[in-house]
Order: sequence, then structure tokens, then C-alpha cells
Amino acid sequence: MGPHLVPKRVYYTIFAALLVLTVVTVIVAFIDLGPFNNLIAMTIAVAKATLVVLYFMHVRYSGKLTWVFAGAGFVWLIILFVFLLNDYLTREAWSNLLTGHP
Amino acid sequence: MSEHHPALAHHFEDLDQQFEAAGLGMWAFLVQEILFFGGLFAAYLVYRMSYPEAFIQGSHYLDITLGGVNTAILICSSLTMALAVFYGQQGNRRQLILFLFLTIVLGAAFLGIKAVEYTHKYHEHLIPGPMFHPEEAHPPQMQIFFALYFAMTGMHALHMVIGIGILVFLIYQARQGRYSVEYNSPIEIFGLYWHFVDIVWIFLFPLLYLIGRH
Repeated sequence: MGPHLVPKRVYYTIFAALLVLTVVTVIVAFIDLGPFNNLIAMTIAVAKATLVVLYFMHVRYSGKLTWVFAGAGFVWLIILFVFLLNDYLTREAWSNLLTGHP
Repeated sequence: MSEHHPALAHHFEDLDQQFEAAGLGMWAFLVQEILFFGGLFAAYLVYRMSYPEAFIQGSHYLDITLGGVNTAILICSSLTMALAVFYGQQGNRRQLILFLFLTIVLGAAFLGIKAVEYTHKYHEHLIPGPMFHPEEAHPPQMQIFFALYFAMTGMHALHMVIGIGILVFLIYQARQGRYSVEYNSPIEIFGLYWHFVDIVWIFLFPLLYLIGRH
């Protein structure tokens, strides 16, 4: 038995998708979309990372325990960022970032 | 048969169980790595929101062409690594060694370009510390951007150097005939590490090179 053998075709498809998304993220960076520039850049990065994790790192074909381990890393990361922003965004000097008023 | 395989450690039932345990061990290590780099990304977030102008000006000193080419090189190296895992699973030793070698070549190319970029930054006096004095007028906090740039890309590059070292070892082992259809988990486990390092760069590239370009 052993680990799942992923067809080569899958690797080539993911590879092409990663290259296309890289080109898209560079092009979008040169277009002024206001606050959406950051949002789109990070959405593309998350999409690329998800493709790598699911297909290159075989999580899609792995057991539930692997899903729990991989998921735990990202849950911990989210806790770090949410509570960090919870502090900084509520500070006097930063409150304009939340309301949009200078 | 498999319980007599020379690579099977005595405390495992069979090679499948051993493979799963090894994979989970690497994932536990990678979770720790996610949080390690997470701390650096958290520092980046706080300082970028504090000094957006300084970060945009700092980003303009970085070379998008070199950064973009390096992104493409790393994605190519992830493909060659995935194919090395594929041929390892098939027990194709010749192709396995070829793709491990190609992964080293691409990793070395990435580090070479990174060295060129670091050299440019040195000549432009952009190394944080007493030597930091770029020619153009700039907010003092631009130094924070470059401190994070060197810390984040430096830690990433260190991971690549270690990765290349392990790749050399894997090629040596493969040449000795250590890997087969039944036993190839070191290749697969190392693949997880290499792809993780690629993911870190996937976030570093837009956050360092692409901010405020419009």
C-alpha cells in the first residue's frame, strides 16, 4: 500500500496555476485599487499556499490526523493575529484605521 | 514481507504505520515553523500599519524583476521536488536522483539571486545599523522595513541552505540504494519541508516587494 501515488498530471496543473497566480499578483500590484490591493494580494497568496498544502504536500490525500496537525498550525496563527490586532486596533493612535476617519 | 524490511524500526507494526508516524512528526515540526515565521509576520503587520509610508518607500528599493524570477524559480523547485517524491514512490532511482539534483540546482539559483540582491542593498547603504544612510530623503522608520526584510528573507534563505544540505544527503542515500517502492518516506517527509519553505516565500514576495507599486 504505502502513501497515495498522485498522478504527475496533478503536479503539472498545480504548477501552472501557481505560476499564473504569481503573474496575476504582480499585475494587480501595479493597478490602484485602494485598500483592495492588500486584500487581493493576500487572497492570492492564501490560494497559492492552499494549493501547495493540499496537492504538493498531499494533505488532500492524507488521513484525518494530518488534517488536524496542519489545521492546528493555522488556527494558532489566527489566534496570534486576531489578539494582536485586538490590542493595536483599539489603541488611540490606531482607531482611525478602524473607522476610516483621520 | 514488509515486517522484515531493513528500514522498518522495531517499534512499528509495519512500514505504513512507520510512514504515517514520520509524516506526523514532520507536520508537528512544521506547525512550530508556522508559528516561528508567524512571529516575524506579526512584527511586520504591526510596523507596517504604524509606518505605512516608510514601508512603501522601503519596498521601492527592492527589485521586482529579481524577486519575481526568484518566485518562479521556487515554484519550479517545488514541482521538481514533487516529481522526485513521485519517482521515489515508483522506485525509479535514476529519475529520483535527477529530480533531487534539479531541486538543488533551482534552490542554488534562488540563493544566488538573493546574494546579488543583498550585495545591491549593501552598496546602497540599506543594511540597518550605523551604516544605514540611503542617498534619498526617507522616514527614519524605513530602517525597520529593512530590518524585517533581512530578518525574514535571511531566515528563509537559511531554511533553503539547510534544505540543500539535506537534498545532498538524500541523493547520497538514493545512490546507495536505500530507497525503493516499499520504503521512500525520507523523500516524502523532506518534500513537506521544501514545500513549506516555498509557502513562506509565497507570502514574503507580495508583502516585501509589491507594496505601494501603483
